[in-house]
Amino acid sequence: MKVSLQVNGEPKDVEVPENTLLVDILRVHLGLTGTHVGCDTSQCGACTVHFNGRAVKSCTVLAGQAEGAEVTTIEGIGTQEDLHPMQEAFRECHALQCGFCTPGMIMQAIDLVDNVDDLDNRSIREGLEGNICRCTGYHNIVRAIQSVADAS
Amino acid sequence: MSEAAQVNPQGIGASVRRREDQRFITGEGQYTDDLNQPGQVYAAFCRSPYARARINGIETTEALSVEGVIAIYTGAELVADGLGDLPCGWLVKSKDGSDMNSAPHPPMAATLANYVGEPYAMVVAESVQAAQQGAEMVVADFEELNAVIDVSQASVSEPIYESVDRNVAYNWALGDEDATRMAFAKAAHVTTIDLTNNRLIPNALEPRACLGVFEAATGDYTLYTTSQNPHLERLILSAFVQVAPEHKLRIVAPDVGGGFGSKIFVYPEETTVIWAAGKLRRPIKWVAERSESFLADAHGRDHVTHAELALDEQGRFTALKVQTTANLGAYLSTFGSAVPTYLYGTLLAGQYKTPNIYVEVEGVYTNTSPVDAYRGAGRPEATYVIERIVERAARELGKDPADLRRMNMIQPEDFPYETPVALVYDTGNYEASLDKAVLAIDYDGFEGRRAKAAEQGKRRGIGFACYIEACGLAPSKLAIELGAGVGLYESGEIRINATGSASVFTGSHSHGQGHETTFAQVVSDKLGIPYDDIDVVHGDTGRMDFGLGTYGSRSLAVGGSALVMAAEKIIEKGKKIAAHMMKASIDQVEFNNGEFTLTDSNQSMSIQEIAFASYVPADYPEDLEPGLSEKAFYDPGNFTYPAGTHIAEVEIDIETGVVDLVDFVAVDDFGHIINPLIVHGQVHGGVAQGLLHAESRRSARFHCRHDRDAVYAQSARSKGMRRSWCHRFASRDNERDYPCAG
Repeated sequence: MKVSLQVNGEPKDVEVPENTLLVDILRVHLGLTGTHVGCDTSQCGACTVHFNGRAVKSCTVLAGQAEGAEVTTIEGIGTQEDLHPMQEAFRECHALQCGFCTPGMIMQAIDLVDNVDDLDNRSIREGLEGNICRCTGYHNIVRAIQSVADAS
Repeated sequence: MSEAAQVNPQGIGASVRRREDQRFITGEGQYTDDLNQPGQVYAAFCRSPYARARINGIETTEALSVEGVIAIYTGAELVADGLGDLPCGWLVKSKDGSDMNSAPHPPMAATLANYVGEPYAMVVAESVQAAQQGAEMVVADFEELNAVIDVSQASVSEPIYESVDRNVAYNWALGDEDATRMAFAKAAHVTTIDLTNNRLIPNALEPRACLGVFEAATGDYTLYTTSQNPHLERLILSAFVQVAPEHKLRIVAPDVGGGFGSKIFVYPEETTVIWAAGKLRRPIKWVAERSESFLADAHGRDHVTHAELALDEQGRFTALKVQTTANLGAYLSTFGSAVPTYLYGTLLAGQYKTPNIYVEVEGVYTNTSPVDAYRGAGRPEATYVIERIVERAARELGKDPADLRRMNMIQPEDFPYETPVALVYDTGNYEASLDKAVLAIDYDGFEGRRAKAAEQGKRRGIGFACYIEACGLAPSKLAIELGAGVGLYESGEIRINATGSASVFTGSHSHGQGHETTFAQVVSDKLGIPYDDIDVVHGDTGRMDFGLGTYGSRSLAVGGSALVMAAEKIIEKGKKIAAHMMKASIDQVEFNNGEFTLTDSNQSMSIQEIAFASYVPADYPEDLEPGLSEKAFYDPGNFTYPAGTHIAEVEIDIETGVVDLVDFVAVDDFGHIINPLIVHGQVHGGVAQGLLHAESRRSARFHCRHDRDAVYAQSARSKGMRRSWCHRFASRDNERDYPCAG
């Protein structure tokens, strides 16, 4: 099937089998490999992107559901030369080690700061319920998100 | 901050923000599944649904008719093609002197499947979906056999292998049995304990993956794979499995999304993929699904232990006796034999002056996934035995658990300290760590807190872990004498380029540890070259001589030291060039912070000027080779021995049973710290994984091992793959901000 969507502000048309997942449209068909796949059960959150403005696990979206959607991936929020404040906070707070969960974690973190008022330790941890990190123990991830929440 | 860090703000001791983060936070990391090759095809594996079964035949006709399916390879075909078994890299001897009994471990099951998830066929297709569809259509004629699941029953169960009596791979022992027995005979008090250290599944967030490429024009094989250990992978695949000669096989481990030990080993999947890439002459990619990771990644721990501690009238430990049965799984994984022996038994002295120790370890086969190194590997298992029995002894004797530990600790004046279990601890001050931890958690105020909690219907408790770890995993000669199949040195190379920048190559591998940052800090510090002018390269057998990868906290201690040695060689050669150019004798040249300076003179040349001169040798010593590139292999004389005290305070709601970790203190003595920010991060992650293990309970209710990290199905007896697992990764609701002292 043909799917037309906006990815990182650019219109994209892809021809994919109907059972294709959004994460595969992004990774395989558009070459945006910053969005990762860490499980086959929608539990790890490594594939989190912004889908029509909200954080969504892109492995839970079928190609047909992506028709007309606006999608933002980790590649669309900042560059090495011009980082998004959340990217900068993750670097500054050492909120990543192997980096595999990081793109999904950052996309979820931006959504949290944008949509939850008065974020604190508890609400940040609750907001990360669907994103798994095995390296950091979350400690520095929470610090990074808190620092962006405090500054905004 | 060290003096050096003040001189060099990005040198040793500085909390430099990691340079690798730039690509990870922008989605520009290059993990194995992010790599693609023209003409690439995809692999899916058929896995045994039975814990133990005979394979009477495999029918592939229907699967081959699936659109897009190109080829199907079975275990029997690998055998027929002469592919060797996957070897275990450490030969452990039983206490009677006999070699361990290795069960043959074919890359894919050919006639017998011995654990749920063991691959027996690989389907290759033009798409992932076609490969998976094809794999579902492969029909194997399985004859289910009685499986051995329970580790404590393994040695009295039906043998899994004809060649392995009682399912015992080895019965290993260490220490003086007679002296230990005599000490127990004189003991004023004996404490005993029975422990189960449950099986864990490592679960790095990036599933294992590989991409095998064969170039027909040159006969070169390249395997991109999620490895902590690319050179060892090449050695095993060439020397033992014989996929390709070592000089025609290149292993690249690009960005790797965590390992925790599980990516050290050589697995069936990448072995089959690289072999088949040569047969098909097309690049083949395989990426594990998480469900496969649970079944087919090597697991950790899985010990059953009985221990006894003898004490005298004052409470001094006089002897420790430990009997452990270690579950090795269905096959000996790459280092599976060494983890419950040389990485476990040798650590049973812990931080204490126990004069007599005797340990026996029975390594047994079961029909479960192979067990190998996971986070700490053997050493945490030793700490668990020691600290649990010491705690119990304190309670039985009515002694304060901190005081009992303190009175038995090895003291600073005792170093170097030779333990009764083969190690020589170089240095330490264990009591200092304990004191600091006790203060940080306000141990004196604990009884008050406990009473207050009781008023609210909660039980509050406090637990200590005074640990020691033998890191660095060397020296090679000793390791080889004890059965290691390889040395445990590390290589390092520093190439100073003509323009004065440096390219640094290490045989260790970073998969979250931050070597690209910390190793550059070390080289910057030693050579005075700006940090930003130094690049660190790792994880590619085509780019550096040799290496033994990253595990066992060895990278900086061994790999970092190799780079220091290479830097010293650079300075030595630089002095010769500088002396020639400044018309002085070598003795008159000093090197400091990037400058070669003449003593008693203000004349100096920078390392960048010397580098340029070495590549454009117009005014140059006649007997000296051009260029400024040096390499070193460092083989350490001893392990390193980080140690410390962690204390946890927990509260249990007796109405609901909910356990709340209310406080946690970690005091660690890591010696010379290169980057405190990274070290603290490593401790956070280690503590989180440790807490999850501690919270876990083995359960028989679901007929499976119920780990906090995972639920692992012991057997799948139904026709389909009846596996039961659920993710039990780090729960965020029971973690807080805990103090972390360096």
